[in-house]
Amino acid sequence: MKFSNKNPDYNYKSRIQIALFFTGILFMLLGVWRDETITVLQKAIYICLECIGIG
Amino acid sequence: MAEKFSIRKIIQAVWTFVTNSYLAGFINGKIYIGKLKSVCVPGLNCYSCPGSLGSCPIGSLQAVLGSSEYRFSFYLTGFFFVIGTLFGRAVCGFLCPFGLIQELLHKIPFYKKIKTFRFDMHLRYLKYIILLFFVILFPMLIVDVVGGGEPWFCKWICPVGTLEGGIPLMFSNPALQNTIGFLYTWKITILFVTVIFSIIIYRPFCKYVCPLGAIYALFNKVSVYGYQIENDKCTDCKQCEKNCPMQISPRTQCNHAECIRCGTCKKSCRSNVIISGFKFYPLIIDSFILSCYSNYKI
Repeated sequence: MKFSNKNPDYNYKSRIQIALFFTGILFMLLGVWRDETITVLQKAIYICLECIGIG
Repeated sequence: MAEKFSIRKIIQAVWTFVTNSYLAGFINGKIYIGKLKSVCVPGLNCYSCPGSLGSCPIGSLQAVLGSSEYRFSFYLTGFFFVIGTLFGRAVCGFLCPFGLIQELLHKIPFYKKIKTFRFDMHLRYLKYIILLFFVILFPMLIVDVVGGGEPWFCKWICPVGTLEGGIPLMFSNPALQNTIGFLYTWKITILFVTVIFSIIIYRPFCKYVCPLGAIYALFNKVSVYGYQIENDKCTDCKQCEKNCPMQISPRTQCNHAECIRCGTCKKSCRSNVIISGFKFYPLIIDSFILSCYSNYKI
């Protein structure tokens, strides 16, 4: 059995998929450029006292 | 004939191990501090787990929104777009360690398991409220004198950090044991309640609380990995609906926001009219994927 591409929603959904996917890639690259990953790393390499319930 | 095995459980277990394989952390009572932690894992996996090699996307989102430098996270928004578009809530079904833990807890016998109850579907919207307020608005808007916000969801609601980080670190790091206070008691209580409910109800945290599930749910209808029903061959036996652990009707609500792509409907279908796979225009690889796992239950 194969997925049917006769569904009229198919082209519409495919365009949304492509738009969301490449927008996501672009946003991730922008975030890396803005050094957001450094903020993520700085949070992640120290024990998150709030997360584990210490405060 | 040999019994078919569940590939999904194997994927869940392997992924949980791979993303939490820093064993030195469990032994020494420390966490991994390598650069890999700037990369988020798709599921809910606390970055304070001693074994964790990647970052929790919800914790990371709160960290960026709560920092004084940013009021919007391109990195995390892009991450959710990419993962959500590719998989939707298949992440919940295949790649979330806490989802696996809840499923294993649900296997514990209990005299009365609850499948659904009054207001069940209404309560599902709670996770969107938690996402909006505790993950986005509170860290962004309730700030201290230097403009930094707290991770409100991680601090006050999330039981994953307590289970994966709090308990192992308390056992292996004596310095932390003297710091136990009200917050630890509160988090342990939340964890305890979640564990009890997981025994009674299938995946209660995923259904009612998880903000990451709320995010991926928004992509379910358009995700590349999805389900399709051959309606003309369906006999309307309703076995899919009766067996769906998320209490949706796969036949009439295919790719519903609550569908975690566990495959129970496919296993229950007597007519084999439910198919799943990847379909990304213009690269159609669904036939290949189907032929690979057609002999296995997922």
